[in-house]
Parts: sequence; structure tokens; C-alpha cells
Amino acid sequence: MVKEAIVMEPKDNVATVIEDVEQGTSVPVNIGGKTKNIEVKQKIPFGHKFAIIKIPRGEKVIKYGEVIGLASQPINEGEHVHVHNVESVYSKELVQERREKK
Amino acid sequence: MSFQGFRRDDGTVGTRNNILVISTVVCANQVALNVANNVEEAVYITHPMGCGHLGADFMRVLSTLVGFGKNPNVAAALVVGLGCENMSAKLVADEIAKSKKPVQYINIQDEGGTLKATERGTEILLTLSEEASEYTREKCDLSELILGLECGGSDATSGLVANPAVGVAADMVVQAGGTVILPEATEWIGAEHLLARRAVNEEVKKKIYATVDKYINKVLSMGIDPRGSQPTPGNIAGGITTIEEKSLGNICKAGYSAIQGVLDYAERPPGKGLYLMDEPGLDVESITGLAAAGSQLITFTTGLGTPAGSPIAPVIKITGNHRTFEKMGDNIDIDVSSVLEGKETLKQAGERIFKMILEVASGKRTKAEILKNREFAIYRVWQYMV
Repeated sequence: MVKEAIVMEPKDNVATVIEDVEQGTSVPVNIGGKTKNIEVKQKIPFGHKFAIIKIPRGEKVIKYGEVIGLASQPINEGEHVHVHNVESVYSKELVQERREKK
Repeated sequence: MSFQGFRRDDGTVGTRNNILVISTVVCANQVALNVANNVEEAVYITHPMGCGHLGADFMRVLSTLVGFGKNPNVAAALVVGLGCENMSAKLVADEIAKSKKPVQYINIQDEGGTLKATERGTEILLTLSEEASEYTREKCDLSELILGLECGGSDATSGLVANPAVGVAADMVVQAGGTVILPEATEWIGAEHLLARRAVNEEVKKKIYATVDKYINKVLSMGIDPRGSQPTPGNIAGGITTIEEKSLGNICKAGYSAIQGVLDYAERPPGKGLYLMDEPGLDVESITGLAAAGSQLITFTTGLGTPAGSPIAPVIKITGNHRTFEKMGDNIDIDVSSVLEGKETLKQAGERIFKMILEVASGKRTKAEILKNREFAIYRVWQYMV
């Protein structure tokens, strides 16, 4: 049985694994108080993330309840989420938008 | 809430009773080292600077050296210069003397060379050490503590457990009336809006944004993508994808307290509570800035593991990565990976860190101290202009 992957905040769309997980493994995650099993599409190394729902290209990737970047390509549920499919949103425009929102 | 500390004549409280030898210039490093090696338990700082500094850069190096001398963990100091440098030993010693502690200086050119300067320096340090040995620990209030927060070699566990657990302990220090400093402004990027919301007033809020903008604009002005240096290759291998993710994990270590202000590098906090420090977050430069600002104790969270310490402030190393604790246990004091295993709550882990803060403040040695990790590096303003 693999250990439950960590979802930090209810708004998050990624979970972090706390052990190396092989491709095809069904990983338990706690989403809004309910445990769901998600099959990971690739090997996910310790400390890395996978999508807990589908994230379309250009959509926000959320961890800690905050934006950690934008999907640079479509990401399916269970797919490894990392530098190959996420881009930092750190640009002047987006910073301004985030601050105005508060 | 209290700990056993050394009360100094200026009213501040040390967690250590160091005798410090300060080299003011690269040319004096060997004599400073010679003198420190001759005296039991003396510590020293050496560095490649001290000559040809101008303006803000001069003040930066001066405030760091003086800040070390004034840190309450230092009982007495000897300043060693060559004699012709602009970071004069007399100036540094005079500034440190304002804290009322015993301080003396020598210049190698005045003494007549390495051997005579080493002999004279050793004589002085012998006397200073005798005097300092008369300090004993006494009960001191935790409100006297300035806790510095550093993290380095981060991986995903840093943001998941180690930093949030330190955040619990940091809030406990603030609630007990103490002071906490969060440095590493480049690791607020992407999370600065969350820090700004906690600013005590509009002015502090503006300063938080201005500090982050300064780093971003500096990088943009060089035509470089600010996303290039962060996260580091080690961070990426550890599962951190973007600077935002790293920063969100980083700021957790400052808990949820209100932010009283943004300090300059090496600036002593003007009041109690949580402060930020404007500096770019290279581990040893950060630790040096925190100690120069008067921190008597530093916590250092790490995912990948690191040996770094400080010549004058005990550094408590904390990891949320059990593999790292097993692999680099000689460099790490606390393992909080039990939170990930569900065997301990974040609050319990934070309380464990807080307990160790009190123990180390009262004299318990950290691994970085025992293994003599005494790194020192100054965050420069600019390169020499001579």
C-alpha cells in the first residue's frame, strides 16, 4: 500500500507524493475530506507532484491554495506535474494582477 | 518563558560566551587565525574584503563586522587590521565598544610583522578570555531572544513540513515577546502578496513589494529572465517546480505573525516581533546577515542537507526528509518527517523545535557547533570601484 499523497489546501489541483511511486500505481489522496485513489501515469519520485484533476493548457496549477505556475501543456489526472509541463507565472503583469486582487 | 543566558553590560542577552577575533582586511586574516588558534574556544572571522570599499559598500562591510562584535553572543572582541586599509581596525573596535563590551585592536604594521602581531594579539586575547570566563548563565526572558530563520538545499519536504513546523515555533517565540527575522527576499517572489497582507501598516506593505521589485528589476535590467536562477537544479530534482512554489514553502517558516518591518542586511531590529530582512538568500550570507543583526540563535531547514553554521550563533538544522536525516545525520539536529508519516502533528513538531530552541539558547550544542561549522560571508553591495 503506498502512502497517501499530500494535498495542502482544498483549492489545490496537485498532490505531493511522500515516497517513490511506480507508473500505474493507485495512489490515495484526501480531497475535501474524502479519500480518492488516482492512478499515476508516470513514475513519480519522492517529493514530486501529480495532477489530481485534469488541468487544461494555460490553466493555473495550484498548491498551498496559491498559484505556483501555469500549465504549459494539457495535464491529465494522474500525470507528473513538473518543469516539463508548468511555467512560472512570474511576470510583471501577473504580479500586478495578484496584488490588486489581494 | 525563559532560558539560561549571559547578560551583557548593555542589557542584551547571549546564548553563547564567545571570544571573537575579527580580521578587518584580507591581509590580516592569517594573524587573526594565528591568534584565535592560540586561545581555547576563541572564534574568528576572516574574509576577502576590507580595502578599497566606497559608500554603501563600505557601510555594508563595516556594519557586518561591527554587528558581529556587538552580537550578545560575543563576550569580548579583538580586532586585527593591517594598518593601511580603509576598514580600519580602530574604527571597527570603536563602534563595537559602544555596546560596552571589552574590545581591543591591533595593526600588523604597528606591531612590526606577523610574529609580533600574533604575540601581542595572543596576549590581549588571553586577558579578554580570562575576563569573559567570569560571565555565568542566568535566567533570562525569552523576549530577549532574536531568532533568525534560514533555509537552504530545499526540497518538497521543506515546504510541506520542515518550514511550517519552524513557523509554529517562530510564532511561539513572537507570542512570548521575542523577535524573529525572515531573510531571503528572492524567496518571497511569488508569495510577497501573502507577506504584504500581514504588514502592520501601509508603509511596511509598500516596502515588502519594493524589496521584491528591486531584485526582479535588477535582473530584468540585465536582460535576464528572473526565473533562471530559481529554483536551483537541486530544488528541481527535489520536486520544486517554480520560484512561486519555492517561495510559498519558504515563507511558511515565519508562521502567521504580523510583520513589523523590513530590515537592511545586518540591521538590528528596532523592536520586538517578526521582521523581514532584505537580502538575496545565499545560505552563508543569510546566516551572516542574521548574526550581524543580533540573532543569538538560528534555525536552518533543509531538505537535501547542508553543514553550514556560524562562528557566533548556534544553528539548529531541521529536515522533513527522513532519507536526508539518515544520510547526513551528522549535520542535522531535528527530523520532523514523522509529520509526513502521520505519526506527529505539525503543531507537535513545532513544539519540539521550540523546546530545542530553549535548550540550545541555554547551552546545548548543535551539530554545526560541535563539527566547527563556522562559515562567514558578506552580501556585497557592489564590487570595488578603485
